[in-house]
Amino acid sequence: MTSPPVISANSLDLTFQTNDGPVHALSAVDLDIHKGEFVSFIGPSGCGKTTFLRVIADLETPTGGTVTVGGTTPHQARLNRAYGYVFQQPALYPWRTIEANVTLPLEIMGFARAEQRERAEKALELVDLAGFGKKFPWQLSGGMQQRASIARALAFDADILLMDEPFGALDEIVRDHLNEQLLQLWARTTKTICFVTHSIPEAVYLSTKIVVMSPRPGRVTDVIESTLPKERPLDIRESPEFLGIAHRVREGLRAGHAYEEV
Amino acid sequence: MIARSILPVLTVLGIILAFWYVGTVGMNWRVEAERFERMGLEKTTTEMLAATMAMDRPILPAPHQVWAEIQSSVFERSPTSRRSLVFHAWVTLSSTLVGFLMGTLLGILLAVGIVHSKVLDKSLLPWIIASQTIPILAIAPMIIIVFSTLGVTGLIPKAFISIYLAFFPVAIGMVKGLRSPEAMHLDLMHTYNASESQTFWKLRLPSSLPYLFASMKIAVAISLVGAIVGELPTGATAGLGARLLSGSYYGQTTQIWSALFMAAFMSALLVYAIGWLGGFVNKRMGARDEARA
Repeated sequence: MTSPPVISANSLDLTFQTNDGPVHALSAVDLDIHKGEFVSFIGPSGCGKTTFLRVIADLETPTGGTVTVGGTTPHQARLNRAYGYVFQQPALYPWRTIEANVTLPLEIMGFARAEQRERAEKALELVDLAGFGKKFPWQLSGGMQQRASIARALAFDADILLMDEPFGALDEIVRDHLNEQLLQLWARTTKTICFVTHSIPEAVYLSTKIVVMSPRPGRVTDVIESTLPKERPLDIRESPEFLGIAHRVREGLRAGHAYEEV
Repeated sequence: MIARSILPVLTVLGIILAFWYVGTVGMNWRVEAERFERMGLEKTTTEMLAATMAMDRPILPAPHQVWAEIQSSVFERSPTSRRSLVFHAWVTLSSTLVGFLMGTLLGILLAVGIVHSKVLDKSLLPWIIASQTIPILAIAPMIIIVFSTLGVTGLIPKAFISIYLAFFPVAIGMVKGLRSPEAMHLDLMHTYNASESQTFWKLRLPSSLPYLFASMKIAVAISLVGAIVGELPTGATAGLGARLLSGSYYGQTTQIWSALFMAAFMSALLVYAIGWLGGFVNKRMGARDEARA
């Protein structure tokens, strides 16, 4: 690829000082992510995948190495509102309607009222929640709530979408459905998506690039460029190609001792 | 719902009244027996029972005596008369409300300061807690006297005592409430690069409201206690505290009990009013019907 990467990490280190001594959450991580890629981070808990996402989002500060987001520091990228973040839980504010939740970032960023409404409507349409704007979060199912939180991350049109196990708490049927929708959304918006998961099929199904990580210290053990076509029906998951990639992910996890001491 | 809860409530009320009557008879018996003996009168048990419940200055008045006193002092006198319980109740209520509102405001302001400033957190909280270890009975006369040497009497000094009591639960509750947002909700604000004041108005304050209403229920009840205590030390001439005091000077136990019931009734009413307001706000904020604060 010729264009400079959107996200670039160079020998990134992050050590947490805890009461039980230092914890090496990230150790010598090198990674380039280019515009329009769908990158999954997979690995067991403690491998630093969420930490890496939080470093990109300027929610954690690395203790060594460099990282650039959109050509600048994560801090500057946050000020530029370069990314939308989707958490493990929907994290909707219960006292706000779905629409008001989606307009929350827009209010904070000072968008005009009319544009807030317009953007919220568009974002809710993108996640198939048109007509649910006046509902309160508790009136929606878990899957719908998580879709609303994706709409909220999309509302201000950031180029990067950071997703931290967004479907981890949902059942498999809902998850399949949301994965399919997410791919369609990604195809329509051409955003760069970083997606943390610990499901191998999910990672393989969604990604153009799979980053396999392992714990103690948190590091990258393999980076797999997916050969699957862009158009991915759900049953692609039974194709030999899909299973081949899944096998390689599993091998990467095994090489990183991910299956030991579980 | 109401029909189902009315029977247990009435049962409890009946048991309380029964105990009360037993207490009335038991406590007043000796006084009456001695009185009849001095007069050289022989009384049957039935007559004795009736007599213990109809004394002028009983040790413990019977419920119906208290009720009669409340009835006559509430309904049969003009509310502007000094002999009306409504008049005295209003005197106490007005300073209760002023003290409660100011105390709540003070509590909220202190909590906002404590949550946003490490210095205030470390420096103020010990003093706030220490302030409540001083018995209000000890400090109330001083407050009243200091104010009266400044020429301020009546509502203000009493309201000040209510403020002194009411700000505490609100400050403590609001510190907890303003710190109640989950890490994820705060992270979200951080990713939007929201300012402290945006985080306060859009996240901290709404999250703290259930805590605020719970604290306000406590605050309003102790504001009333504060106002009554404030009426005691100087022999105030108006207010429920004054009624209690003059009742005890002249042995008017019925008057004391009716003033106590009036205070309890007002307190319950105020707490319910806050509860209703909390429920209303909660509902406006989209809470489920059954999940009321």
